[in-house]
Amino acid sequence: MTSALWSHLVKDLRIEWRSLDAIVSMLFFSGLVVVLFSIAFDPRGAFSQQIAGGVLCVATMFASVSTLNQAWAREIRHQVLDAQRMVPSPGAELYLSKVIANFLFVTIVQVILAPFFIIFYNLQIAGQAWLLALVLPLGTWALVANGVFFAALSIRSRNRELLLSLILFPIFIPALLAMVQATTAILTGENDPTLWIKMLCGYDIIFTTASLLLFDVVFHAE
Amino acid sequence: MTTQASAEPTSSTISARLDKVSKLFGSFAALRQVSVDFESGRCYVLVGENGAGKSTLLRILAGLLRPSFGTIKVFDGLDPHQARARIGYMSHAPMLYDELTAQENLRYFASLYPGRECLEPGEALRMVGLDPELPRIFGQYSQGMRQRTSLARVLLAQPELLLLDEPFSNMDVESVSQMVQLLAGFRRHNRTIVLTTHQREAAAPIADWVLALHAGRVASFEKGSPTQ
Repeated sequence: MTSALWSHLVKDLRIEWRSLDAIVSMLFFSGLVVVLFSIAFDPRGAFSQQIAGGVLCVATMFASVSTLNQAWAREIRHQVLDAQRMVPSPGAELYLSKVIANFLFVTIVQVILAPFFIIFYNLQIAGQAWLLALVLPLGTWALVANGVFFAALSIRSRNRELLLSLILFPIFIPALLAMVQATTAILTGENDPTLWIKMLCGYDIIFTTASLLLFDVVFHAE
Repeated sequence: MTTQASAEPTSSTISARLDKVSKLFGSFAALRQVSVDFESGRCYVLVGENGAGKSTLLRILAGLLRPSFGTIKVFDGLDPHQARARIGYMSHAPMLYDELTAQENLRYFASLYPGRECLEPGEALRMVGLDPELPRIFGQYSQGMRQRTSLARVLLAQPELLLLDEPFSNMDVESVSQMVQLLAGFRRHNRTIVLTTHQREAAAPIADWVLALHAGRVASFEKGSPTQ
């Protein structure tokens, strides 16, 4: 990790630690989704295992978008982004640091949410539970890597919050599908999630690489 | 029509050269065929009414905007974007994070200049008359303090070309005088200063040249009488 990447990351974590904007809003929103779905579907037994993966992924996705929309808000305010564009360190490092920071925020929310999720959905994991520790971070990375990139792309748009959802959700569908299928396969123990996990890995590699390569163009656009 | 405004021929080096630069925002021309040379170690004061093109000119010099027509070269024929580590740009906005202290902000920006000898954040803050140990976050600073911190950020990387957009706004007379003295020191160290202001008299002690813009064109280019 280069010193500039580390500086960006420390800055983002320090600001979040002082404001807790992202984590609190995500926690509130995803908690609400989990509770509302548990009331709406009365999840028990096998049915609970079938839908839990989908609910978790969708809750994470919608909660993350509220934070991803704000990923560049602090840079836009007071034109800090212009100061960032004037420094010689590569823009890709700023992008990567934002991905890592947001990945950590979403992961913290998932960790806090997990016990409540298990209680509300009466979950008993039939498959290999440790695989969830692989699937959820891979899916979260896919969401955040794309989200941060497209949030930067829509930064100069007046309707940027709407635009991010419109661009991000269709592109995230393959990763969402893989994440939901893998999670469901692990919870039910009926299928092998390996194929879906491989797909998530491939998705992450391709989209992270493409975003890193293209970020400077987006970053320095007028 | 080409508006040509240049200083008397001298042997000094050129920090930035604009050649017939125009900048269009849609159908609105913010700058029209501006040609001007900025010599090293000089202070240029840009004046003009709101919308005259002063800020656009600075942003083009900073490499934040690309000209629609014409060319701009800085230092030894470089594109401003390539030479951005050598250019310091201070905007109307402070370009700093509200949630961090001044020292944290400056330490952060200093770390983004790998391989360049930067001032210590505390030293830069002391230069602009601020206490580096102030525990308050930047968001709680007064307008004048924000302006000084913003200048400290610009000075941090010891740029050879300083671009200052309205550096004296929201500052009291004493602070303006201190800032002028500070900028005079930089000019003496052969650094080029281009600043915009509506307070022409405030910048007069360091103004080698006063460039007046009107509707995106160079209206006049007068020699100043610097006293510092």
